[in-house]
Amino acid sequence: MTSQNEVDDMIKRIQASKGVQGLIIIDSDGIPIRTSMDNDTTLHYAALISQLTIHAKRVVRELDSSQELEQLRLRSHKHEIIVAPESKYIMIVVQVPEAL
Amino acid sequence: MDIQYVYTKKRSEFGRQVHFTDRSVEIIADIQPNPELIKEYISRNPVEVAVQNAREFSEHWVNTVRFETENRGINHVEGGWPKDVNPLEPDQTSRFRKKTEKEDGYGRAILSLGQSIEHTIRQNNAIDIYENYFEHLEPDVVEEAPYAKTINIYRDPHNIRRTANHISWYADGPRKLAVSYCNLEFQSATSDSFIDSYIWDIENPTKPELYLKPISPLVCIEFNPKDTHQLAGGCYNGQVCIFDTRKGSTAVEQSLIENSHRDPAYKTVWLQSKSGTEFFSASTDGKVLWWDTRKLSEPVETLILDIEKKGRLENALGAMSLEYEPTLPTKFMVGTEQGRIISCNRKGKNDAEKIGSVFPGHWGPVYALQRHPNFTKNFLSVGDWTVRIWSEELRDDCIMWTKPSMHALTDAQWSPTRSSIFYTSKMDGTLDVWDILFKQNEPTLSIQVVDEPLHCLRVQETQGRLIACGSQNGTVTLVEVSDNLCVQGKSEKALVTGMFDRETRRAKILEARVRAKRDARAKSAQGEKGEKATGEVAPGETELREADPIEKAEKDFWKIIEEEKRKRDRKVVADDEKPAAETGAVIEEEGAATTTA
Repeated sequence: MTSQNEVDDMIKRIQASKGVQGLIIIDSDGIPIRTSMDNDTTLHYAALISQLTIHAKRVVRELDSSQELEQLRLRSHKHEIIVAPESKYIMIVVQVPEAL
Repeated sequence: MDIQYVYTKKRSEFGRQVHFTDRSVEIIADIQPNPELIKEYISRNPVEVAVQNAREFSEHWVNTVRFETENRGINHVEGGWPKDVNPLEPDQTSRFRKKTEKEDGYGRAILSLGQSIEHTIRQNNAIDIYENYFEHLEPDVVEEAPYAKTINIYRDPHNIRRTANHISWYADGPRKLAVSYCNLEFQSATSDSFIDSYIWDIENPTKPELYLKPISPLVCIEFNPKDTHQLAGGCYNGQVCIFDTRKGSTAVEQSLIENSHRDPAYKTVWLQSKSGTEFFSASTDGKVLWWDTRKLSEPVETLILDIEKKGRLENALGAMSLEYEPTLPTKFMVGTEQGRIISCNRKGKNDAEKIGSVFPGHWGPVYALQRHPNFTKNFLSVGDWTVRIWSEELRDDCIMWTKPSMHALTDAQWSPTRSSIFYTSKMDGTLDVWDILFKQNEPTLSIQVVDEPLHCLRVQETQGRLIACGSQNGTVTLVEVSDNLCVQGKSEKALVTGMFDRETRRAKILEARVRAKRDARAKSAQGEKGEKATGEVAPGETELREADPIEKAEKDFWKIIEEEKRKRDRKVVADDEKPAAETGAVIEEEGAATTTA
């Protein structure tokens, strides 16, 4: 239970950070567990990013088998997508960096 | 030495099987070496012989068959849910979600992920790690040889040859090209020739993005700069039509044929107006018509290109090209089939006021006409075999011109980014790049794009890097030029201004001199009739005598013509009297016949 609160706190903190437009937590099947965006966008992101993460993980693994993918950042003109994968879950954050 | 061996064979033995027999050797000719001949030769010492112990190679090139690609899409619907959860049921999905949240590793995983992400987010907010330093510095001018390379070739999917005679770039970036195809050879249109025109997507050269199906082949097509989905097209039969890419392939609106041009509408250009719905068209029937897309049944305004300003259609010059600059909304220029260039003002109450000045132009139709994007007083025109640059201030002659080229020029355009460069296309399939600051007697770069005549070219507006050229058999080639042909240097604009000013001043001085000569001659002619010749008039007289042979020749010519005319008139009068005389003669003859009979 406490960890549940902690988790919620963490999620709230991230969402309240400057420039964060949305947050999605998906499991290894690509099913969105927690999301702050609307359903269609969430599904879109979940499908595309889970595939990309699998590829990226494989790239890092193959280049150096001792390494593992820690974080993936995609910067586009309008925003940055930060992907942090874990063994079973993937956290995706969409941010518009205020520093720009 | 004529060595011959003659043998005979009976005709009945022709074709018979040959029997070979042996016989003794017989010397037919014996050619002895002639030691005299050696005097004509010197022996070479040492002798050089090249020997290479290498494999022999031969060159052969192969082009693969064009890879045809097609874009397809897949619709992704929500999935990934385990079998027992129905994704459409919100309570089932929320139950699943809560279950996963309660799993062991969930909390820990999320906390650790969250920490690393928070770090990244704060980092992003602190510094822009993707900052591009020195972005705003001007790039150094690299002195490399200019080059151009072909990026893509768009071939007409139909096999029937049609000229790609007008290209228009998509107004919103270099993504699409509209090309109009029309077989302009006189009376060669057969019923099975296709009349479609296409819109090509730059990335896909195998298949056009959209087929435009007008009623009659399009000779001209233009994207509306305000509304990127609209296109105006001029048809071969004189009508104009509007297409909308959202609404399919056929024309959305078509002008009534009674109110349209009587010849192909060679150019249609969009006007700068508040509503963005006005355009005007010109054709070789001598009229310029203004249209509003909302009401294409009749033109809003008509202008008859009669340079004597009397509005007579029989006198009108046929228009081949139009020039319109959105920054000067009321003025426009027309290049005619007879070679003149007429500068007009739309704000005239009647035709006479609309037609401004007439430039002498070229010795043939003016195929292209464009104002310089940065110097609106100067414009270039293409016709006969030269390119001429004019200044509006000088009505009599152009200020700069190229020497006549070996092949006729079909189209030209200023580079939108560099002030001193313009591109021309020629009938031998070459694209020439002229840089007037660099070399004026020949093009800076000449690229052989295709082997058949190029009929039109269009430079892409925003960057000036891509040029699309259309050829006679319907192939559109996209050429990209090197950086130093599209990025402008710092002092270039000033240098070009200086050059145009210089040339304009030179032409003005020449014009003033010619006028002074003419005035002096006119004065001396009067002086001859009335007063005695003074010293001042003497140089005028000598000049008068110089001009004399020409004038004399002209006078003789007209005299001869007048004489011929008079003779013919007399003959006509004589003919009228002849029937009366003839009947008299017939009666006489009959009388003679009866007497002889």
